[in-house]
Amino acid sequence: MNLSDPIIYLSLMVFLPALGALALAFFPRGKEEAVRYTTLGITILTFMLSLGLFFDARGVEFKTGVADMQDMFSAPWIPTFGIQYLMGLDGISFPLVVLTTFLSILSFIASWSITKHVKAFCILFLLLETGMIGVFMALDFFLFYVLWEVMLLPMYFLIGVWGGPRKEYAAIKFFLYTLVGSVLMLIAILMLYFNSDLTLLNPQQLVHAGVVKVEANGPRSTPESAFAEWVESEDDALAKRFREIKAETDPAKKRQLHTFNILALQHIGQHEDSPFNREAWLGKSIQWWAFILLFIGFAIKVPSVPLHTWLPDAHVEAPTPISMILAGVLLKMGGYGILRICYPICPAAGYDLAYIVCLVGVVSMVWGAFAALAQNDFKRMVAYSSVSHMGYVVLGLGVWSLGMWSATTPGSFTYNADYWKMGVNGAMFQMIAHGISSAGMFFCVGVLYDRVHHRNLNEFGGIMARMPVYSGFAIVIFFAGLGLPGLCGFIGEVFVVLSVWKYSQLLAIISAAVVILTAAYILWAIQRVYLGAEYKGPHGEALTPMLPREFVIAVPLTVMAIVLGVYPQALLNYMQPSVDQQVQQLADWTERFDASREALKKSLGEEEEQVALAVPASLPATPAALKTSIESSARPAQ
Amino acid sequence: MNLHTLIDSLISDTLQKSLPLFGPELVLCATIVVLLLARVLPLFDRIPPVVIAFIGAVTALIAAVPQQGLASFAEIESQELFTGMLVYDGMTAYFKLFLMAFAVLFVILSQLTGIADRDDGQDYFSLVFGATIGMCIMVSSNHLLTMFLGVEMASVPSYVLAGIVKGRRRSSEAALKYAVYGAGAAGVMLYGTSLLAGLLGSAHFPTMAQRLVEFDLPTRIADRELTVMVLALAGLMVGVGLAFKLSAVPFHFWCPDVFEGASAEVAGFLSVASKAAALALLVRVAIGMTYEPPTSDKLGSPPPDVAVIQPADVHAPILLVAQQQAAGDDSAAVATTKEGPLDPVRSFVVTLIGVVSIVTCTFGNLAAYGQRNIKRMLAYSTIAHAGFMMMPVAAAVALVGMGKTAAASEAIAALMLYATIYLFMNLGAFAIIAFMRNSMQSEEIKDYSGLIGRSPLIAVAFTTILFSLVGLPPLAGFWPKLRVLQSLFEANSPLLMFVMVVAAANTALSLVYYLRVAKTMCIDREADGTRPVTLGFFQTAFVLAMALPVVLYGLDPERIARWTQQAASGLFQ
Repeated sequence: MNLSDPIIYLSLMVFLPALGALALAFFPRGKEEAVRYTTLGITILTFMLSLGLFFDARGVEFKTGVADMQDMFSAPWIPTFGIQYLMGLDGISFPLVVLTTFLSILSFIASWSITKHVKAFCILFLLLETGMIGVFMALDFFLFYVLWEVMLLPMYFLIGVWGGPRKEYAAIKFFLYTLVGSVLMLIAILMLYFNSDLTLLNPQQLVHAGVVKVEANGPRSTPESAFAEWVESEDDALAKRFREIKAETDPAKKRQLHTFNILALQHIGQHEDSPFNREAWLGKSIQWWAFILLFIGFAIKVPSVPLHTWLPDAHVEAPTPISMILAGVLLKMGGYGILRICYPICPAAGYDLAYIVCLVGVVSMVWGAFAALAQNDFKRMVAYSSVSHMGYVVLGLGVWSLGMWSATTPGSFTYNADYWKMGVNGAMFQMIAHGISSAGMFFCVGVLYDRVHHRNLNEFGGIMARMPVYSGFAIVIFFAGLGLPGLCGFIGEVFVVLSVWKYSQLLAIISAAVVILTAAYILWAIQRVYLGAEYKGPHGEALTPMLPREFVIAVPLTVMAIVLGVYPQALLNYMQPSVDQQVQQLADWTERFDASREALKKSLGEEEEQVALAVPASLPATPAALKTSIESSARPAQ
Repeated sequence: MNLHTLIDSLISDTLQKSLPLFGPELVLCATIVVLLLARVLPLFDRIPPVVIAFIGAVTALIAAVPQQGLASFAEIESQELFTGMLVYDGMTAYFKLFLMAFAVLFVILSQLTGIADRDDGQDYFSLVFGATIGMCIMVSSNHLLTMFLGVEMASVPSYVLAGIVKGRRRSSEAALKYAVYGAGAAGVMLYGTSLLAGLLGSAHFPTMAQRLVEFDLPTRIADRELTVMVLALAGLMVGVGLAFKLSAVPFHFWCPDVFEGASAEVAGFLSVASKAAALALLVRVAIGMTYEPPTSDKLGSPPPDVAVIQPADVHAPILLVAQQQAAGDDSAAVATTKEGPLDPVRSFVVTLIGVVSIVTCTFGNLAAYGQRNIKRMLAYSTIAHAGFMMMPVAAAVALVGMGKTAAASEAIAALMLYATIYLFMNLGAFAIIAFMRNSMQSEEIKDYSGLIGRSPLIAVAFTTILFSLVGLPPLAGFWPKLRVLQSLFEANSPLLMFVMVVAAANTALSLVYYLRVAKTMCIDREADGTRPVTLGFFQTAFVLAMALPVVLYGLDPERIARWTQQAASGLFQ
């Protein structure tokens, strides 16, 4: 086994927890401590592997300042169905992977207090971790889907067996919502798959998508030469079919080379003759429908209003460590999916629906904040704060701010994606920051609940006097959630709100105003729980100081919250190049798209303005199709 | 040509060509005879019937392996056996292998649950093997007569099997309901068969397809001829018989009652083998009626060995098959008309199967919600899955109409994959039910509560199987569902797109009731006074042998997928 090979290294990272779960299954009954320490060891080992990517310890390294996919590998998985085992890391996924492995350790330490069916808990926990890490690394759409579903079962049982009084209701609600979302996603995957065509891509894009491999030196060092060699190779079945389809000149017999490769699908989606632009149903294009289906699927996971109702139930009933994982990692998958899949693959639909996506984000922010204000249950309040905070993510991802109209020369528009980049970077930053602060907030609630066995905000008070150290940590973490400058929550929120100003001032004003609501519910909660003269609620005698175990969880979360707030560059260095590159590609695509639409409008002339207005409304027209329609419509005018 | 040469050619066809490929069925026949004789002979009656049955089933399994090995399904050329009554191709070979493998597993299961004891064993196994032979005929059927024969041969022993547990009122009731219902369906089917044969002048599927081409349906429909109505009616009546075997709505009423009344083992037999055979028969009929091979320049010329025995003397008794005249050249021209002569048939079949499949699937899933008996719940689940498995047949017919034969064979491969994965899931589920029945004398879902504490292994295995039935990746049940959806998507007609959406929605719909059982086992508290569950080593091993493939094929379905793909590739040359 050679760890310097990415396929070994990254696979190990993904499947080490699953292997650990398999090993745990053979542990004898009654060895609960051993099971716990083994699980902890596995989570730590996985974390070490992810940390190893920061350094060049084993030859597999994640470099800063590189925008493209790194450490990418592919292997056939189910060649009969055209499904590959394709994984890789870039600046979008790498921070999320590290966040996952990091939170897994902390939440497992938090689950030390669980005494019921310890072995089963550990097995499910480790399976969940495999699913989570895998989703962020998978670059084959199907692998992504399978790993996405892998998380469902463990999560159902983790909530359903170890949860609170209404655990069964909460667990099945979570399961059903997610399954409906993933069924929609499955239909979208099929739509995209059957309309994809790998032969549209040029050698460079094929190399970027990992279809053609470039070697550092030798005959395959440039994309073109590597492609030339690949397409002639006899042993590669894909290359063979590629060649056959390319050789077919008769357009009637021309077939397509379908692919599940997410990166290739991105290039196909942004191609000027994208097959996704074909009309599918009700005058809307394939990518429009795919975008809608995918967005609903991901919005359920985020969760966005009105699909958020599973979240408060699941959070309230889930045990503390599972709430930490749920808020810290699982919600991020929605945002990750929107960023990685929705926009790059379906740009025209994203362009068309940008305002709706932003609106969904803003509504979630406002709704979640008001709902949080109304809660008396401490955990429910934190859950609604997640809905509100994840609204920033959706808003930041949806902002399609392109540039500006010139102030001096009317009608001249300069394309400048800087604010757009800022918004998406802000959303990504917010995902990581929220991963830390919300996990921390749920942990703080859990610490109190373990002691006094209730979560009623109105019966707390005076915790600061009884548990000063804990209260100190808790207040820092809650302020991080609030978005206080100097803590991690601030950067993401301010980036997002700033970038929205360029897109829609109304939405920017509303989203900035949400900060006041956030401050209100968090400060009010702090006041009701931590401040006050003395604790008058039940089980007052149980309010003992923090245990060392809890200390171990609180310290890293607090430190991370402060570090990311003071020195955000630590995260941005890794993240920004990839985000910027993706946004730049989309911006270039938009410029081309606008230009072709503009050309169409002009050529149609004044008297046919109605037609011109009608055509852009149905976006599917490809530039090539536009050209022909321009020519045909221009002729009678002459 | 005199009678002598006729008989000679017939004998050589039977002995040299047909019988070697009919091996598994012959082995099963021999096993039945041995089973029944062994009871009479003084010395042999000491041998437990299960031993004979097991040896017979394994021999049949070996006989069912294609001559060039397991990976050679693609090389099997399609050929007609017994003067065109049966057809042997990759699909036949695959399904025979499937049925024989099922027979072996079923004999083992029957021994482990103790349903076939020393006294009943002979009857029980003879009935099972008899039904299996019928199913083999169904999957290889190439003629209306063998179709009907196969359906009846598979059904009649099943009626008895449903009531094999003597002295139980429910069991007898189930058997009676099944028999009465089955007889009615068979009658309707027979009437439809005779109408079809009468209208088209043949009962041989490929010949019937040619006759349909010559029939010039588009013109007749335009002329509003009454024959078209009769033809559609005949098609519907044959559909009734098939729908009964498939337990498709609205001919599903027997299924829950029979499953509840019959023993769990028999229910497993009916839900796996019987369904698979019925689906294969549906493929045979649907494809047989709607697909004309591209070598249409030789239209009308029957297979060479049939042609030999096709002289002018019509009164030769073997002339069941190819009664067509040498109506060669004029029919080839029909194929070039603007609307294909088979298009009305195709759209009829696609609409019929498509509508019935979504109704069946949705109804099965909804009706399963309220069930308290686990066998009854699984009966409705079987109905739902049968609906799901019918969908690729509709897709295949539609794809054939579009000329995409490669995609059509993919659709049939999806069905085969589904049937194979379904074997592990449902046989595993019914095995667990049977073991639990032996252990705690109950088949109510509520008595499974807290099983995780009493028998963790069984609970985990059952949960895995249930989630695989939902179709949750990475369990095996997901892949066939995916392939079905893919084939429906590729067919790309409004109806089939609707079918696809309904099918996808049904996946979410079915989650609730499977999850309820899983929840009862894993989350609910153990009820007071439940008996402890004790399972022997072999019983546990059997459950694991069923549940492990569900996980392993979920992680790597490549091999089975390739086999099914190869097996289906020969359907459309």
